[in-house]
Amino acid sequence: MPVLEQNGRPVWKRRTTPQQWGRWLAWLVGIAIVAYSWHLISEKTIWFFVADAGTQAADMAERMVPPKWSYMEELWLPVWDTINIATLGTLIAVVLAFPIAFCAASNTSPHPLVRSVALFIIVSSRSINSLIWALMLVAIIGPGVFAGVIAIGLRSIGFCAKLLYEAIEEIDPTQVEAITATGASGTQRLAYGIVPQILPAFAGIAVFRWDINIRESTVLGLVGAGGIGLQLSSSINSLAWTQVSLILLVILATVAVSEWVSAKVRHAII
Amino acid sequence: MSDLSQAYPRSWKKPPLIASAWLRRGLWLGAAVYLALALGTMEVNWARVMEGLPRGAAFLGAFFPPDFVTRWDSILDGILESIWMTVIATVAGIALSVPIGLGAARNLAPLPVYLLCRGIVAVSRTFPEVILAIFAVKLFGFGPFAGFLALSIATIGFYGKLLAEDIENMDPGQAEAVRATGASWFQWINYAVQPQVMPRMIGLAMYRLDINFRESAVVGIVGGGGIGATLLTAFDRYEFDSAAAILLVIIGIVMVLEYLSGYLRRWVQ
Amino acid sequence: MLRLESLVKRYKTGDHALKGVDLEVPKGQVLALIGPSGAGKSTLIRCINRLVEPTSGAVYLSDVNVAAVSSGELRRLRRRMGMIFQEYALVERLTVMENVLSGRLGYVGFWRSWFRKFPPDDVAEAFRLLDRVGLMHMADKRADELSGGQRQRVGIARALIQNPDLLLVDEPTASLDPKTSRQIMRLICELCAERGLAAIINIHDVMLAQMFGQRIVGLQLGEIVYDGPPNGLTSEVLTRIYGEEDWEATIETVEEEEEDEVAEAGAAV
Repeated sequence: MPVLEQNGRPVWKRRTTPQQWGRWLAWLVGIAIVAYSWHLISEKTIWFFVADAGTQAADMAERMVPPKWSYMEELWLPVWDTINIATLGTLIAVVLAFPIAFCAASNTSPHPLVRSVALFIIVSSRSINSLIWALMLVAIIGPGVFAGVIAIGLRSIGFCAKLLYEAIEEIDPTQVEAITATGASGTQRLAYGIVPQILPAFAGIAVFRWDINIRESTVLGLVGAGGIGLQLSSSINSLAWTQVSLILLVILATVAVSEWVSAKVRHAII
Repeated sequence: MSDLSQAYPRSWKKPPLIASAWLRRGLWLGAAVYLALALGTMEVNWARVMEGLPRGAAFLGAFFPPDFVTRWDSILDGILESIWMTVIATVAGIALSVPIGLGAARNLAPLPVYLLCRGIVAVSRTFPEVILAIFAVKLFGFGPFAGFLALSIATIGFYGKLLAEDIENMDPGQAEAVRATGASWFQWINYAVQPQVMPRMIGLAMYRLDINFRESAVVGIVGGGGIGATLLTAFDRYEFDSAAAILLVIIGIVMVLEYLSGYLRRWVQ
Repeated sequence: MLRLESLVKRYKTGDHALKGVDLEVPKGQVLALIGPSGAGKSTLIRCINRLVEPTSGAVYLSDVNVAAVSSGELRRLRRRMGMIFQEYALVERLTVMENVLSGRLGYVGFWRSWFRKFPPDDVAEAFRLLDRVGLMHMADKRADELSGGQRQRVGIARALIQNPDLLLVDEPTASLDPKTSRQIMRLICELCAERGLAAIINIHDVMLAQMFGQRIVGLQLGEIVYDGPPNGLTSEVLTRIYGEEDWEATIETVEEEEEDEVAEAGAAV
């Protein structure tokens, strides 16, 4: 198609003329949207502060060193809480995600109506950030670690269920067929034909999500849902910058360790 | 035949996943002890939880029907601000992450550049968007500019890492073939690397747009502009029906984005 | 023992896979079903145990119409029809023993099967069958560690532990090398003779069909175009089933190889 006749001679072009126009138009629209967004954002920005940011940053950095190592004593418990929030929340999520995923997968769903409900649960859970879940739960059941666990759990259900139902939809159907042919009942078909096929994916998803949850649970304290975020927000509010830098280092270390653990475990499973 | 079958074992046990019995028991015990400790140190104020349950019911009830009307102006304002913030943060973040991603691919970059770029990626990936936003707000003042910065930095970490990994996993045969024609470095990137990574990267850009929109709802909680601030106000005033409306709007937009990105990905491939 | 009466299958896509097939298989007969790809061989076999729902017609298994029974009754009827698959269709992440025992699923309840607590007689029978197919030492191996021929033997053991009256065999040799193919076919025929089982073997290899089938049925575009003894497969008949081609070479080699087989078998004894 891109070879055109021009003055009786074939000319090669990468795209035909309408394609080229379409591309230009798409670029134009894209750039217009970006420019408009930038205009709106910059209107709401106080540029004096932005110009001043460099000095501010240097000042802040200076006040952050050296980290106040003695503050570590007060951080052990929050770190422990943070890990617990991630672990228990992930545990709740995978337990609940399992049946939801089976309802949402097109090849195991009992009914189209059940499937759309399950898909809606997944989308809602995924759309709303764990911090917002935490905000809601703190308003409802009060501040503390418990609210954090539930928030992480609710947020992770959608993530785990989505990956899991995609895994269920990709299973090898002949293995299920073979189990059906033996005269197995519906539940047996699930237990023998489908579950063994998705179990490794399931374990991988759980560990992967746990790793993400460690990261997310470090900030839940900002809205009062327990964990190290509580110390972070109070240190920032009291301008205790040497504590802040220590907390950031601790978060960095926790996240690095959890990433290492999750990579190891996933490697062992797969 | 029945005599023969006597010779065969009449019971069978599935071999355990972990062969060593000690290790297996140790792991079970460890898990049990951890769970006991974790649940033990988690102080749950059941009285407070019970007290909250009717409030939870009220909140659920607020979804039927949600109140879009009362706070519509501020909802619309917040949502639009979130959308503009998302768009520009995604564009800027991706634009910045392309050189960093190229630099973080071991098969393209010399070692010092590689280490520098990997370092940038690692740091921006570690901290959640909210922490980045807190510092952006401290430095640049309240408002969407801080949120924009936080989201851009997070995008660099995400996109730069995936881009680098994609380049490292590309087919070396194609890259060699283009290099063999005597192409310059930029020509080589343009003809050998770009076509291989482009379709997946466009898909990931849409995915990141989706993530950035969801995150834009939380940077507002710490003062970074967008719908988060509106949501926080609604919760603080216990205006659950307005909060429900905001959540539904967020869910709706995420669904639209997901649908669009699926459509775009099919169109690209 | 098995009787098909004007069996019709029309897929939702409009494909008319079976156009009124009538077939009767007496007890103990090994029937080879041949035909080109897309002739409806797989559909025919799957309509018998209703892995594919027939559109109309009847399937009588000892005078019970399989096509008309409820799902509970269907489970009981499926126990009497063992099935062997093309790509073995073992559950790859389960052990060999679990795969064999899964043939008893139609007989045991859910919780028993979930905790792998099969009745001792079933376990002994499973070991006996594994020994019969020469895989006694493999019981605790995972199915994906086995070679193709070994997997198909496990598939055979799984079908036989159902204690069936009829074997439905779908392209048992399609993914195996020629030597293993013959071993597998011989094993299936021997086991049918030992137990007096009827079998429908769907196979695209005409030589193997002639070698091992007691009766050949040729299927073309959903209709039976040949039904007779193996030596009735003349060049003219093959043309009717598969279309124009030089068949002389095929038929001759078959006869030669058959003699070889006999000689080999004689030597083995």
